[in-house]
Amino acid sequence: MQANYGYKDGSGEFYITIDTDKCNGCAKCIEACPPKVLEMIVNDYDEEVVAVSDAQRQKIKYACAPCKPMTGPRELPCVKVCEPGAIAHSW
Amino acid sequence: MAQEFWRWKESAWHDESMDPSKAQIITAGCDVGSVSSQAVIMLDGQLYAFANMRTGSDSPNSANNVMNWALKDLTLKLEDIHYIIGTGYGRVNVPFAHRAITEISCHARGGNFMYGPTVRTILDMGGQDCKAIRCDDKGKVTAFLMNDKCAAGTGRGMEVMADLLSVPIEDVGEMSLDVEEEPPPVSSTCVIFAKSEATGLLRKGWPKKKVLAAYCAAMAHRVVTLLERMGVEKDFAITGGIGKNVGVVRRIEKELGVTALTPKIDSQIAGALGAALFAKAVVEKERRG
Repeated sequence: MQANYGYKDGSGEFYITIDTDKCNGCAKCIEACPPKVLEMIVNDYDEEVVAVSDAQRQKIKYACAPCKPMTGPRELPCVKVCEPGAIAHSW
Repeated sequence: MAQEFWRWKESAWHDESMDPSKAQIITAGCDVGSVSSQAVIMLDGQLYAFANMRTGSDSPNSANNVMNWALKDLTLKLEDIHYIIGTGYGRVNVPFAHRAITEISCHARGGNFMYGPTVRTILDMGGQDCKAIRCDDKGKVTAFLMNDKCAAGTGRGMEVMADLLSVPIEDVGEMSLDVEEEPPPVSSTCVIFAKSEATGLLRKGWPKKKVLAAYCAAMAHRVVTLLERMGVEKDFAITGGIGKNVGVVRRIEKELGVTALTPKIDSQIAGALGAALFAKAVVEKERRG
């Protein structure tokens, strides 16, 4: 399942996509994320996978900003540490 | 007395030919949304009764109110229902529910029931959010994308426009189609911007129908970009209240180049219906042991 968490408002469109078929529940991304955007859930189909927390979901533009500098190399810790490649950012 | 243009007609219905005393599995779903609430009762997976009303400001009581209304003319009592699932924005506030499931999964399951196993893409245009859902032939979610931060593309956005133009919300769709030429859409980025633009257009002398057409076009464009981000696979169907607005629906179909399936049941009950079906699956699993 492609779970897209985020929003589109007057300032732009920001979505983090978790591929729950690829996610193996290792939780390395949760450790790697400084503002704790990600959390482990048991979804409606009883799968233990990663999701974007409700507390951060509506403000990921700001929460994720420190990992997305305007200049210089960009390496998202969550994406880097995910072996199955289950996480993607739309911006 | 001021007329409330945003107020749409609440309804309750049940199938008089069905007999709950003969049913093996009686389940219910209760969808407490930010704008509207629904209760659906099913007998052995067949639709038996439902109620649809505004949630109002007393959210914890909305579940009780809508379920009581659904049960009102029935011999069935709340305690006779084997399993109840709560869903929607207020799913934690359904006191009689045995479990809560997200409205995304429930809309997929409910859409599969309402539209059939060919449906693969569901657009739910709710009161305060907008969801694009992909599902398989069993109604299981394969992808979803929700925007609940912004009123553009939601019922609230439509209420703002109905109120501004003093048009009953149920008439908006038909009126918006009664234009000779499609006007350019207003801002699709923000309802506040759209409202300002609409005010300007009225001052310029645009008739209400033309302004409604411009707004419905903007709303359609907005949700189409949401859908295209997730990808659209046929068959395509719309649930939620705005699914009853022909002005928005026709324009979505035109921009997508895909016709939406026609609902035979009220599109607003899809969430609660899906919840009642999930409940049936739980009962069946429990009985298998």
